[in-house]
Amino acid sequence: MSTIRSRFVAIGATAIAASLVLAGCAASDEETTTAGGTTDTGDATVAGCEAYAAYAGNEGADVEIYTTIIDPEASLFIESFVEFEECTGITINWNGTQEFEAQIAVRVEGGTAPDLAIFPQPGLLASFSDSLVPADADLTSSVDANYSPDWKTYGTADGTFFAAPLGANVKSFVWYSPKTFADNGWDIPSTWAELLTLSDTIAAEGNVQPWCVGIESGGATGWAATDWMEDLMLRFQDGETYDAWVDGSLPFNDPKVAEVLAEAGKIIKNPDYVGNVQAIATTSFSAGGAGVVDGSCAMHRQASFLGGILVGDYGATIVTPEDTDVEGGITTFYFPGVSADNKPALGGGEFVGRFTDSAAAAAVQLYLTTPEWNNAKAALGGWFSANKGLDTANVADPVNKVAVEILQNATLFRFDGSDVMPAAVGAGTFWTEMTAWVAEDKSDKAVLDAIYASWPY
Amino acid sequence: MTASAASVRAKGRAKNIFSSPIASAAAWIIAVVWTVPTFGLLVSSIRPEKDINSSGWWTFFSDPNISFENYRKVLFEGTTTNPPLFQFFFNSLAVTLPAVIFPITLAVFAAYALAWFNFRGRDALFFGIFALQVVPLQLTLVPLLQLFAKGLQIGDVTIIPDLGITGTYIPIWIAHTIFALPLAIFLLHNFISQIPKELIEAARVDGAGPFTLFSKIVLPLSVPAIASFLIFQFLWVWNDLLVGLTFGAGSKEVAPMTVRIAEMVGTRGSGWEVLTAGAFISMAVPLIVFFALQRYFVRGLLAGSVKG
Amino acid sequence: MQLAIFAARKTPWDIIGENFTLLAAALLAFASVVVVLFLVAGRATVRAQEWLKYLVFLVPALLLLLVGLIYPTIRTIIFSFMDAKSENFVGLDNYVWAFTIPEILVVLRNTAVWVFLVPFFSTAIGLSIAYMTDHMKRPNIIKSLIFMPMAISFVGAGVIWRFMYYFEPNENRADIGLLSAIVKSFGGTPPNWLLESPGNTYLLIAVMVWIQTGFAMVVLSAAMKNVPDEIVEAAMLDGATPIKRLFRVTIPMIRATLVVVLTTIIIGTLKVFDIVRTMTGGNFQTNVIANEMYSQAFRQMNYGTGSALAIILFVAMIPVIIYNIRQLRLERTER
Repeated sequence: MSTIRSRFVAIGATAIAASLVLAGCAASDEETTTAGGTTDTGDATVAGCEAYAAYAGNEGADVEIYTTIIDPEASLFIESFVEFEECTGITINWNGTQEFEAQIAVRVEGGTAPDLAIFPQPGLLASFSDSLVPADADLTSSVDANYSPDWKTYGTADGTFFAAPLGANVKSFVWYSPKTFADNGWDIPSTWAELLTLSDTIAAEGNVQPWCVGIESGGATGWAATDWMEDLMLRFQDGETYDAWVDGSLPFNDPKVAEVLAEAGKIIKNPDYVGNVQAIATTSFSAGGAGVVDGSCAMHRQASFLGGILVGDYGATIVTPEDTDVEGGITTFYFPGVSADNKPALGGGEFVGRFTDSAAAAAVQLYLTTPEWNNAKAALGGWFSANKGLDTANVADPVNKVAVEILQNATLFRFDGSDVMPAAVGAGTFWTEMTAWVAEDKSDKAVLDAIYASWPY
Repeated sequence: MTASAASVRAKGRAKNIFSSPIASAAAWIIAVVWTVPTFGLLVSSIRPEKDINSSGWWTFFSDPNISFENYRKVLFEGTTTNPPLFQFFFNSLAVTLPAVIFPITLAVFAAYALAWFNFRGRDALFFGIFALQVVPLQLTLVPLLQLFAKGLQIGDVTIIPDLGITGTYIPIWIAHTIFALPLAIFLLHNFISQIPKELIEAARVDGAGPFTLFSKIVLPLSVPAIASFLIFQFLWVWNDLLVGLTFGAGSKEVAPMTVRIAEMVGTRGSGWEVLTAGAFISMAVPLIVFFALQRYFVRGLLAGSVKG
Repeated sequence: MQLAIFAARKTPWDIIGENFTLLAAALLAFASVVVVLFLVAGRATVRAQEWLKYLVFLVPALLLLLVGLIYPTIRTIIFSFMDAKSENFVGLDNYVWAFTIPEILVVLRNTAVWVFLVPFFSTAIGLSIAYMTDHMKRPNIIKSLIFMPMAISFVGAGVIWRFMYYFEPNENRADIGLLSAIVKSFGGTPPNWLLESPGNTYLLIAVMVWIQTGFAMVVLSAAMKNVPDEIVEAAMLDGATPIKRLFRVTIPMIRATLVVVLTTIIIGTLKVFDIVRTMTGGNFQTNVIANEMYSQAFRQMNYGTGSALAIILFVAMIPVIIYNIRQLRLERTER
C-alpha cells in the first residue's frame, strides 16, 4: 500500500514539476508568446486618445470576439486594436477557431455565448435572432451613415437590425501568375467559352495543370465549391432567379440549377483540368492557390482575401498584370461571364453580432464600423470593407483595389448565396453535398435532390 | 505433499508442451505491427520539417537527421490566438486532477452504501446506476451547459442560482464527475462487497457506526481497487475531447491539450511537424502513467469482470 | 483630458497562475467539506447516523446522476417527438425521417457495421493473443505493446492513423504515408484511402480495433489463467490440437468473461465519435450516429432530429445492457 501511495506521489509530483518547469521555460520566452500587448506608459500615445473619448467608462473590461478568422489574418486584426485598447482600457480577446460553426450553437444554447461573434454568413446570424442583442441607436446611425442599405439588410433578421458589416470580399476572381501566362503566351479570357478553350490549350500543352481546386476547410469543407455554383448562377441565370434560388422559392433541384451545376462540373470534375478530382476534397482551399504561386497550376478561382493568405503562408507577392517577370508574383483576372459585357459580381462579408448587453461590447461593436478603424485596418494590408469612409488610397494591393472598384461598379451584384441561405443548408448540406459531389462522384441529380430535401421550409 | 509435487511437475510439463515457438513468434509479430503506427509518429516528430514533408518516416534510418525544433515550436511558440502548447498542458493537468479525485470519492461512498447498507430497492438502484453507462455524452450537453450557465429554475423558484462559473474549469470538473460515476460505482462496488462479512460484523459489535466503519475498515481495504480505478479515470479524462471542448465554453484559457490538437488537425491540412510533436506530447503523460502503473491498471479492469 | 494607459494582454504565465489558484482552492474546498462532514456526522447519535449515512454517502452521487444523466435523458426523449426548435409536437416524424432519408440510412448502416466488426475483431484478435501468450515465459512486453494504444487518446490515434493513411495526389512528390508506400512498393497504385467509400469506413474501424484489442486481450488473458491446467492437459492427452483445445475447452470456460468484453466494447463503439470526427469529419460516407446527432442538433439547428438519433442510439444499447445485467445477476447467485 505504501509503495502504491509513494508511487502516486512521485508521479503526481513529477507531473506538476514538469508543467511548472515548462511554464518557467516559457516565461523567459515571453516576447514570443505575447502579441500585441504593451505595458509601457509613455506619454507619446496619450495625445491621440481624444478620438476614443466616446468609448470611455469601460476601463478594465474584457470583450471576447469569437470568430473563424485565425492566423495569419488574425494577427493583423489584433494589431489594429492596439491603440483602441490602450486608450479605452478595454481588452479585446480574439478567440479565432475553425470550430466556430460547430460550436457557436452549443455556446449560445448552453448559455455561454461570446460577447461578440463575427458571422461569416448572414444566414447563420439569422438563426440566432432570438439570442442576439439588437443594435443600439449609436450603431444604427453609424451603419446608416457608413454603409449602403444592402449591407444593412444582410445584418438584419426578422425585421430587427442586429449586426454591422465588417470586412468585405469579392469572389468573382481567378488567381494566376502573370509570369506563367507570359512565359507560355496565354491570353486572359473574357468569356466563359474562351476560358474553357484556354483550359483545353493548357491541358494539351501538358506542362502546367490548367486548374487547381481545393475545398477542404475543416468543419466548413465544401464552401469553396458553393462559390463556384453561385458565380456561375449569376452568369447563366439572372438576378431574380438567383434571389429565388437563395430564398428557397426556386427549388434547389430545379432544371435551372441543374444546368449551372453541369457547367461547374465541366471544370471541377474534369481530370484533364484539375488532375485528381477526388483529392479536391482533401486539398485545403489555400493550398490550391499555392499551385499558382509555384507555377504548377495555371488558374485558381477564389475570392480576393486569398491574397493575404498566399503572401503570409506561401511567400507570394501580389503584383499587377503587367509585372510578367516577378517569380511568385500573383494577381487576378475577372472570372468571365457568358459574354464580354455580362459582368456580374459575387461578394461576401462578415457581420459582427452582439450577445451580451454590456457597454464595453457595444463600444467595440461600434468602433468596428467607424471609418477610422476601417482605414487603419486596410492600411495593414490584404483587407478591405464596404465602408463608405474607406479611402481607396489605403487599400494598398492591386487586387483589393480592383475588388473595391468592382464592388462599386458591378452590372449585377449579389451576396454569396450560401451565406444567406438558411444555415441548415448554407452552412450544412450545401457544403457536405458539394463535397460528396467531388469526393464520391455523386451524381448532379442526387446532390441537388439531397439539398432540396434538407431545406427547412 | 506428493500431490502438490505432482501438480508442480505437471505444470512444468504443461508449460513446455504449450509454449510453442510458432505461437510466440506470431504474438511477437503482431505486437510489432501494433506498435508501428505509434513508432512512426515518434520518429516523425524528431525529424526536421523539410524531411517530414518530402520523405516517408521510414527513410529516417538510412539518413537520420534529428531535430527537436518541432517540439520547441509547438510547446513554446505561440500568439494570443494560438497559445503555445505548454499552456494547454497545464490545463490538461488542472482539469484531470480534480476530475479524478471528485468522482472516486463520491463513487467509493456510493459503492459502500450500496454494498453494506440494507434498504429496499437497493439492488434495483444498483442495476439502474449500472445501466446509466449507456447514456451518450452528446445527450447531456445542452441541459448541463444551461444548468451551469444559468442555474435551475422551476417556475418562479430558483433551485440553483447562476454561479458565474462559465469559462472556468468548474463545469468541466462536474461534467467529468457525472460521467464517471456509473462505471466507477460499479467497479468499486464489486470490490467493496467482497470484503469479508466477519470483519464488518466484528467492528459493529465493537460499537462502530457507519462512518467509523468506512474510515477504519472499508477505505483501507479498498485501496487497491481505488488505485486501479484512479489510473483508469486519469487516462480517460486526460484523453477526453468532447467534455473539455464543450464545457470549456470555447475558452482557450481552460481548454485541455486534446482540444488544441483536434483543432490543429483541422488547420489548413498542413503542419505535420507540429502535429506529430504536439500529438506525442499529449500522449507522453498517459504513456508514462500507463507503463509505470500498468499492473494496477489491469487489476482495475478485472475487478468485477473476472472472479478472483 | 488625460486617459490612462493600460497594460493589454495576459501572458500564458498569468493565465496559468490564475488557473492554478482555482485548482488549489477547489481541491482544498472539497477536502475540507468531506472531512468536516465526517467529523460532524461521526459524532452524531446512533439514531441520527441511521439517516445521516444516506445523506453523506449515497445522496451526493444520486443527485449528480439525477441532474446530470437522468434529467437530460428524459428531456431528450421528449424533444425527439418535437420539432426543430422544440416548440411543437410532431409525433413520430423525426423517427420516420431517420429511417427514410438516404443520407441518414447511410449513417445508420455505418453504425451497424461498426457495432458488428469492432467487437468481433477486437475480441477475436485479443483472444488469439491471450491464448498464444498464455504459456509464454515472459509475455509482458508483448502485452504492453498491444495494450499501449488504450493509453492514447482517440484524437491522438486519429493523428497517428491520418499519418498512416496519408494520400499524396501529386505523383511527383514522395509518399509520406506508410500504407501508400507499401502498396507502391508492390507495384500497385494506392487509392485515396480516407476518401473512398466503403473502404474508408473499414479503415476507421481498424483504428478502433487497434485500440480496443488490448482491452480484450488483457481481460481474457486473466480469465484464461483461471482455467485449470489439468483440464487442458486432459484434452491434450485425448489428442486435441491447439485449435480444438481453444474452441472446445478454453472458450466455454471463459464464456462469462467473453460476454463482458463483448458488451463493453459494443457500448464503447456506439458512443465513440472522436475517430470519425478527427479523421474525416463525417464526410465521404463515413458518418456514424454519435457524430451525426451532434451535427443535427448544432449545425442543422434541429433538436428534434438530433434527439431522435440519440434515442435510437440509446435504444440500440438497451438490449446489450440488459444482457449484461442478467449476466451479473447470474454471477451473483453463483457466489
